[in-house]
Amino acid sequence: MKVLYSLLAVIVLVLVAYVGVGLLGLHSLFGVMIPYAAGAVFIVGLVYRVLKWAKAPVPFHIPTVCGQQKSLPWIKANNIESPHNTWGVIARLALEVLLFRSLFRNERVELRRSEKLIFGGNKYLWLGGLAFHWCLFIILFRHLIYFMEPVPSVVLFVQDMDGIFEFAVPTLFLTDLVILIALTYLFLRRVIYSQIRYISLSSDYFAVLLILGVVISGVLIRLFYKVDIAAVKELAMGVISFRPTVPEGISLLFYIKLFLVSTLVAYFPFSKLVHGAGILLSPTRNLKNNSRMRRHINPWDYPVKVHTYEKYEEEFREAMKEAGLPLEKEN
Amino acid sequence: MYDADKIITGLIIFLCLITFPIYYNIATGKAAYRPEPKIVTEEKQCVESKGYMRAKHMDLLEEWRESVVREGKRVYVASDGKQYTMSLVDTCMRCHWNKAEFCDLCHNYVGIRLNCWSCHTLPKRD
Repeated sequence: MKVLYSLLAVIVLVLVAYVGVGLLGLHSLFGVMIPYAAGAVFIVGLVYRVLKWAKAPVPFHIPTVCGQQKSLPWIKANNIESPHNTWGVIARLALEVLLFRSLFRNERVELRRSEKLIFGGNKYLWLGGLAFHWCLFIILFRHLIYFMEPVPSVVLFVQDMDGIFEFAVPTLFLTDLVILIALTYLFLRRVIYSQIRYISLSSDYFAVLLILGVVISGVLIRLFYKVDIAAVKELAMGVISFRPTVPEGISLLFYIKLFLVSTLVAYFPFSKLVHGAGILLSPTRNLKNNSRMRRHINPWDYPVKVHTYEKYEEEFREAMKEAGLPLEKEN
Repeated sequence: MYDADKIITGLIIFLCLITFPIYYNIATGKAAYRPEPKIVTEEKQCVESKGYMRAKHMDLLEEWRESVVREGKRVYVASDGKQYTMSLVDTCMRCHWNKAEFCDLCHNYVGIRLNCWSCHTLPKRD
């Protein structure tokens, strides 16, 4: 059911663009205004989200670590798994963001027929996730050709590397192929495995299906239903230089893709997709594990009036002596 | 406790990065540049319609290449019934001989790099 709702949502988005551009001819609405609105929602929403997180105090010292903390000099410390200084934190976060290090340790627990509980590594999610995210990054980077004039040579270099096999005209990009496979896997694992299906929400499916819709429409535009991409770049350059024009001759499929992208961009700050910013703000990951070197005091500790045992004994010394109770300090 | 200084610095760096193309285009001064390929031909009509040629000329060229190289067929019947010889140099470039002012303008604009000239030689014209 949840899958169907999400699929339906994506289909409705496609239909909205189809009706808006194909039937009503609202080219400047879908080509200029909605992308502007989506960009504004993205930036304002993301800043709002991050500032809201920044306002949340982090009183406790809660890094989750899985390595030896720095303690005595003859005990070998692991500064990446259990960082005690800023460089360690940077290395740990960088490995987390670039290589999904903690996901690499993902394990599967299974009860086999022999009534044996089996623990095994499960690297497919890591591999699929990593492939998807890196491909998405490379594809976004490649799209800079539409936003920069003249096109920087580093973008052209990445594009050349991506299409290194020169297969088909225009060249099939490897990232397009890999992202399709990875997204299909990420979608199917939520559908096929009953445990994952049980914990999946509509928004989980929606994010995958929406990105899949963007990728599929992009691949269709590139390989099968080609558009005049010089006109597309004119549109893009007009938008980002705040002198928007709507050139003639851009096909409906492009506007459908642009509407899906606009939705994705506007949806980003308010959905699970914002984990991109959240990963850097996770106290369990970005704090140093230096609790043996520095005392962390909760700044909110209420100034409670304490009556220490020392003072208690001082106060009741005589009475305690009379009763024969043991005293810490004899007189 | 609060790390507002680090978070806000990070946020500003991120915003600068995603808006970088805007500054780049202002710096290069080419934000308003549009390629205007020069059409210096005597013919009034290309092989197919202008819209089709703009978006899909690579499909046509690929079709021609397969037909000529693999099947040895050199006659192309256009959608209006006219017949053309399938040849990049003799048909296309008879009109569009000004590669630098025609092909290259858009291809450079959208970062397309071709391998036409690893086999073909550019026709000389006086």
